[in-house]
Order: sequence, then C-alpha cells, then structure tokens
Amino acid sequence: MVNVIINGHKMNVPKDYTILKACDDLGIHIPTLCHDERIDPHAACRLCIVEIEGMDELPTSCSTKVKDGMKIKTHSNRVRKARKDILSLIVANHPLDCIMCDNSGNCKLQEYCYEYGISEVEFKGEKKNYKTDYSNPFYYSDQNKCINCGKCVRICNELQCVGAIGFNERGFKTHIGAPFDMELNESECVSCGNCVSVCPVGALMPKIKERIRYEELKEVRTTCPYCGVGCQMDLLVLDGKIVDVKPADGPSNENLLCVKGRFGFKFLDHPDRLKKPLIKRDGKFVETSWEEAYKIIAKNIKKIKNENGPDAFAGFSSARCSTEENYLFQKLFRAALGTNNVDHCARL
Amino acid sequence: MTNSIKEIEGTDLMFVTGSNTTENHPVIATKMRRAIKKGAKLIVADPRKIELADDADVFLQIRPGTNTALFNGLMHVIIKEGLEDKNYIENRCENYEALKELVKDYTPEKVAEICNINSKDLIKAAKLYAKANKASIFYAMGITQHTTGTYSVMAIANLANLCGNIGIESGGVNPLRGQNNVQGACDMGALPNVYPGYQKVEDSEVNKKFEKAWESKLSDKVGLTIPEMLDSADNGDVRFLYVMGENPMISDPDTNHVEKVLNETEFLVVQDIFLTETAELADVVLPAAAFAEKDGTFTNTERRIQRIRKAIDAPGEAKPDWLIIMEIMNSIGYDKKYNNPAEVMEEIASVTPQYGGISYDRLALKVDGLGLQWPCPTNTHQGTKYLHKGNHARGKGLFLPHDHSDSKELPDKEFPLIMTNGRVLYHYHTRSMTGRVKGLNEKAPESYIEVNPSTASKLNIVNNEKVKVISRRGEIKTKVKITDIVAPNVVFIPFHYKEGSANVLTNPALDKIAKIPEYKSCTVRIEKL
Ligand code: SF4
Ligand code: SF4
Repeated sequence: MVNVIINGHKMNVPKDYTILKACDDLGIHIPTLCHDERIDPHAACRLCIVEIEGMDELPTSCSTKVKDGMKIKTHSNRVRKARKDILSLIVANHPLDCIMCDNSGNCKLQEYCYEYGISEVEFKGEKKNYKTDYSNPFYYSDQNKCINCGKCVRICNELQCVGAIGFNERGFKTHIGAPFDMELNESECVSCGNCVSVCPVGALMPKIKERIRYEELKEVRTTCPYCGVGCQMDLLVLDGKIVDVKPADGPSNENLLCVKGRFGFKFLDHPDRLKKPLIKRDGKFVETSWEEAYKIIAKNIKKIKNENGPDAFAGFSSARCSTEENYLFQKLFRAALGTNNVDHCARL
Repeated sequence: MTNSIKEIEGTDLMFVTGSNTTENHPVIATKMRRAIKKGAKLIVADPRKIELADDADVFLQIRPGTNTALFNGLMHVIIKEGLEDKNYIENRCENYEALKELVKDYTPEKVAEICNINSKDLIKAAKLYAKANKASIFYAMGITQHTTGTYSVMAIANLANLCGNIGIESGGVNPLRGQNNVQGACDMGALPNVYPGYQKVEDSEVNKKFEKAWESKLSDKVGLTIPEMLDSADNGDVRFLYVMGENPMISDPDTNHVEKVLNETEFLVVQDIFLTETAELADVVLPAAAFAEKDGTFTNTERRIQRIRKAIDAPGEAKPDWLIIMEIMNSIGYDKKYNNPAEVMEEIASVTPQYGGISYDRLALKVDGLGLQWPCPTNTHQGTKYLHKGNHARGKGLFLPHDHSDSKELPDKEFPLIMTNGRVLYHYHTRSMTGRVKGLNEKAPESYIEVNPSTASKLNIVNNEKVKVISRRGEIKTKVKITDIVAPNVVFIPFHYKEGSANVLTNPALDKIAKIPEYKSCTVRIEKL
C-alpha cells in the first residue's frame, strides 16, 4: 500500500494500482473513452489525463502507477481545459446528428461533451464519409462515428481471440474494419458482439428495431440460457420487452458472450410462443383452461395408477429448466407418483 | 468439471478431445486461446480438424470411436518413458499395476493403426502431456456418445491420475456440459438411479431419509433411462409420458422409432415454450415460461450455482415450470406448496449435502453475485473451486483400465462412411429457440453434410449438391459441403435441423453403463439424387 493525496485528500491505495483504478475505487470519476479493465492500458484517447505535482506534462492516469507521496489533481482547471481541447478535436471530425443517432443517451462522447461544456464545434474539421456496413445480421458499423479508440480491435484480438477486425489505412483515413475492408459478414467475425458492447460511441451498434430510451431501460442480471458455460448477462428491458443484452462480469465470462447469449433472445416474443394449454380432440389441438388441463391429467393418472401401478409413468425432465424445476419434477415422479422412472437428456 | 473456468488461463497444457469448444462453448474457447497466447501448450484429438486444431502443438485426427485406444496408447508411452508421476501414484492412487498391465499392449504402432494417426504424433502428445506441470483435459460428447463412452471417460481419469493432474489448480478432468443446466438436472436427481445429490435410490438409509423428508412411500427400484422409457412405452408397460422442455423427436437417435412410440403412447403430456415436434404428438400441451420470465438457478459446467431472474412477463397464460409441476402434484393429492423458487431451494438445501449452504439470500447480487460452486455444505462454506484437493473424494484415485472396442457399426461395402454429428456455433440443440431468431437462421440456415474432397470426387458430387444420406435406420436429403475438416472416410452432419436431421440416421446402440447412445459414430452411404 502507498499513500497518495488525491484532490487534497490523503488516501491509502495498493501499490500496483494505476491512478485511474485508484480513483475509480475511491469513487472519483475520470473520463476515458479507450480504457477497459480486462486489457492493458493503451492511453489512446488521452482523456484520462491528470495533474501530478512536480510534473510538467499531464500523464494519462490509465497507464501511470501510483507512487508513495504522489499529489494528484483529477479535475484542476488545467486538466479540465486540456480535456476540453481533446474532446473538441474528436468532435471536430464527428457527425453532429446526435438526435438521429441510435446511441443517443448511451454515448460516452456525448456525455463528456455535455460534462465539459462543449456546445458548438470549436475546431471545424473534415467529416468522414464511409458507407455503413449493415451486412452482419446482428450489428452494424458506421465508421463515420468512430473515434479510433481501438477498444473493439483489442477486444476482438486479445479477449475474443478472433482478430476479425483491425485498423485499416493511416492518418485521417484510419478506420476499423475487416482486412481489405471486406464486408463484416464475410470476415472471420463470429458475431459475438463483444466489440459492439465496448464501443463508447455509436460506431458499432446492435441492430435493434425499437428506438431505445436509455433513461427508461431496466437491467436485470441473469444467466445465459444456452450452453453450460453459465455466462452472466444483463437483460435490457423496455416497456416489458427485452430489447438488448449486455455482457456482465460473471466469473466464467468476465464480460464476454458468444453470439447465442448476446443476440439469441428474440425467440422470447416470437408469435409461436405457446400461450394457453392445449388438448388434442380428434387429432387437432384446441385451447383449454389450466383447470381443465389439470383435470384431464389427474384423471388419466388416477386411472393408469389403479390399473398398472406407479411404474407405468415415466418423465423426461429437462437440462433447460431450472435446478428448482428439476428438483420438483423428480419429486413429482418419486414422491407423488411412486416411481423412479425419471431421466433427462444429459446423455444427448 | 473438477476445476474452474477461470483456472484455464493459468494452465500449462490443455488436452481438448471430443469437444469443438469454439462452437459449443465459445466463451471457454476464448479463455483457451488466451492461455495459448500466454504460452500454454495445446493437444487436440478429434475426428474433425476443428478450429482449435489450428492452434494445436499436436493435432490427432482420430477415427471416430477410437478414444479409449488413444488414451491407452498415450499412457503406454508415458509409462514406457518413465514420465508417470510416481509419488502421486504411490500416495494417492490404487490399482496401478492393473493399468500398467493393460496398456502394455497399446504400442504406438498398434494405436496409430486403430486410430488412423501417425505414431510419432502420438508419442509427441504423450510426452507433452506428461511433462507439463499443470495439465488440464477438456472433453465433451465426442467422448461420451459412443458405446465405449464410459470406458473412455475412465481412461481420461486414468491418464490424469497417471501424471498427477487431479486435485491441482489449473489441471483436472473437465467435461464441458452442453446444456445450460444439465449439471443442475443431474445434481437434482433427474436420473433414474439417484435422488438429489447423487444419493442412491436402492440405499435403504437414503430411502428412509427421503421418505421422511417428502412424507411419502418411495420406490427403491432403479427406474428407466430415456431409451428404456421409449422401449417400455413401445411395448405398453409405460402408458403415461410427461416430457418437460425436451424435444426427443429431434434430439434422440433413430427418429422414426421415437415418432412411432410417442404416437402410440396412451397419454403424452408435453410442457414447453413452443409447439415443438414432440409437442405436436402430445395429448395435452402445457405452455411454460422461458428463462427471462421466471426466477430460479442454473448450475454451470464448473458446478457454479447462479441465479436467473424474472425480467418480463410470460406471454398469455404461460406459467413457470415449477408452478405447473406443483399444481399437478397438488391436483393428484400431494399437497406440498411453495410460494416461490427460493422456498424450493430451501428444501433442496435440506436434503442435498452438496447444496446444503445454498440459499437465495447468499446468491443475491449484493452478497455473492458470483454464485457458489458446490460442494457447499454449510451456509458459511465459500464453495469449492476445484475438487479432490489433497485427497480424492473417494479416498484413493482408482485406476480403471479398459480395452478398446470398436463402434457397433463399422464401415462395410454397403455403408462405407463413418458419420459423426454435432452442433454449430449459431444454433442450439433442436433449434426450438435459435431457429426462431432471424439472424441466427441467416447465419446457419440449413442442414448439410461435410465431405472430404477426395470422397466427393469419388462419388462425383459437388459443393451444394443435394444428396441422399442413408443408414440402416433411415435416409435424409441434405446439401454437400466439401471440406477437408473431415477425413476421407468420415462425414459430419449438424443435428439441429428437422429437415435433414442427423438423428434419422444415428445408431441407438447404448453404452452399457451410462446408457448413452452412440451418436458420434454410425455408418452411412451417400447417393446422388
Ligand atoms: S463481433 Fe466478435 S468476432 Fe466479430 S469483430 Fe466483434 S469482437 Fe470480433
Ligand atoms: S453466451 Fe455463449 S458461451 Fe456463454 S453461456 Fe451463453 S451460449 Fe454459452
């Protein structure tokens, strides 16, 4: 542990911490567009600069470790002015149709511009003019909005380990894409969406039909319903519907998901969902009430139990259902019906 | 899994066999690749040149159904070279002499012949595995879905014990469970021979305990497995079948037989979120809530119990499965009531030693949002990261050596190709969920058969051509995909699709012990249309 003074307050923090991490733990918010806990600091956006007593330049807090006795100012006038300049430069090349942007309300750039009082474009720069790549069924890439923070490229390379995207061309023309700017859907991309989830602006966006009012979104933490990895994710709920999914920091997935967990939720409100109990009459299904369905089931159980005893019953439980439901299912067969004829498709 | 997913990044070597991890457990595969970047070695043994094979230090493209021979061969080399962990074997294992005796015959040359691989690669793999400090084995259905599946699983455990890799961090034997909660379903005794917590139904003490807890007379007779249930329904012994959240019409082997049985079963209840192929055959269909519409827990492949939480309402009158089951229980005179799944978990904890310390209070986000890994016997226990630490759970690690035996069907004149099957990245099991997600269907719209270029040219078939694939049980039509992912005598079909369903062809022959059908190896022929 080392002692540092942050904004005049004495603090005790672990010695391997960066200034950014130390501040984050202490609840001091430093803006950054390119930082991600899971990968090494990159200092690409430079927004996280701070002032350290005795140093001339302003170092990036994401890549500077704390030192004993360090005196740090995170929001001094000098720092604020420098951040404002950085933001203005980014915005100079950024389209200003925020009202039209799908990411409005969720955009880090928008948030910081507001916070740092950037209202009009101070540096009039050249705007980019790329065609939006809509080829992938789950997300699109609008490179006109990209700020080249590089997060997506690094997530795809270093965490997802697919390496589908990279920086194409140089200088002002630098943009993110698959090799030779081939369409994303034709690339090595496995549609995990992990790049989309970290994009701080509206350059990589999930294809969502609904216009999202971010302030009204409810997030519900849950476990992915597909494979046995048990990835943790947040369901984003708007007006009683799930509109998107966000990876969460679970022990097995550490903020990653695969295509099924990330984009495979649309079956939930599919019109084919069963909504009422059905019984078959003359080879055709007709809707019925729960009461009636239970009555028919109970009647058949009674009859068969009387005639053949408990071993005439058998049940397929489900590796898709919850642990509690599996418990109750086997209990129904064992305790209520009296047979051990219960199994599930563990073998399949 | 004996070990945890997080431990993958710390391993020195991964041996991945019978698991196409990048497509079936994608997020685990990302961890494997990160381990490789950090310097871990990788051995892959699989009939298909799966994506991970590209990253492998040794890739063994084995003939389907020869896993046991492969493991025995690896152990032969390790013992011959004196690379076994003598201390570990001496202190922690038993029956070593029998293993030594059995694998003596499995020379690299003999095994290379059986598995259709190069003996040098086998030797290289054996040395790599044995010399790694912390070596971990990962396997999936490619190992278990054979008539020799249980013996292969034992052989894997033998191999891990031989090199002292059980009970250590970042090592172990790690079956990757395919379905979100197959672990929880097993833990809860959704199996014909055990109560929750793997307590045997034939054990009279256990029986008494549950009779008391459940206030009911219980049977001590081991019940039927799914394939046996279908056979019993076929001959009329089973008259009432209740299928919750499964779709045997697509997922079980020999679809034609399954359809006949389900059609003839006197009373079939199916409870699901969609009218699946199986539900179509039911007498009563009960509409269930999906994962996002209810509370509960899933237990993942590393034994971690994690919450699911209700985010939205179920459509129409659909109800959560737990409520439906309870109401059925109540309607036939078993009166126990639960107000919510948390109360069910309380009861689970009271009868299941491994879950003794699990409660919704502890799984709450602010308390332990990370979930708990069983065994977690008491409410102060922090859960178990890896098993068999210091000692094997049973006392000594027991070597259980077995000989290789061939798959039930071998190629012959009439059916010259070995067919294996599996999943693709974009779909899940029988597609009742993923098949209704537009983008996933766009990515993987239909069934196909992977055929090696040399086989294709012999048969005079071209890419995308529709062909007939025939086995002793049935025939399907599907599209040809020419690729050297498969060896010349092997073909692969994903099993997700109703049209061109692999399970029309698969062999229902069972592993005698685990009763798992031999999905991963049967013989077929391809005919031009
Ligand atoms: S979706 Fe996944 S694979 Fe595709 S570019 Fe993004 S991170 Fe890479
Ligand atoms: S997100 Fe993908 S890897 Fe994770 S649990 Fe779901 S299906 Fe498995």
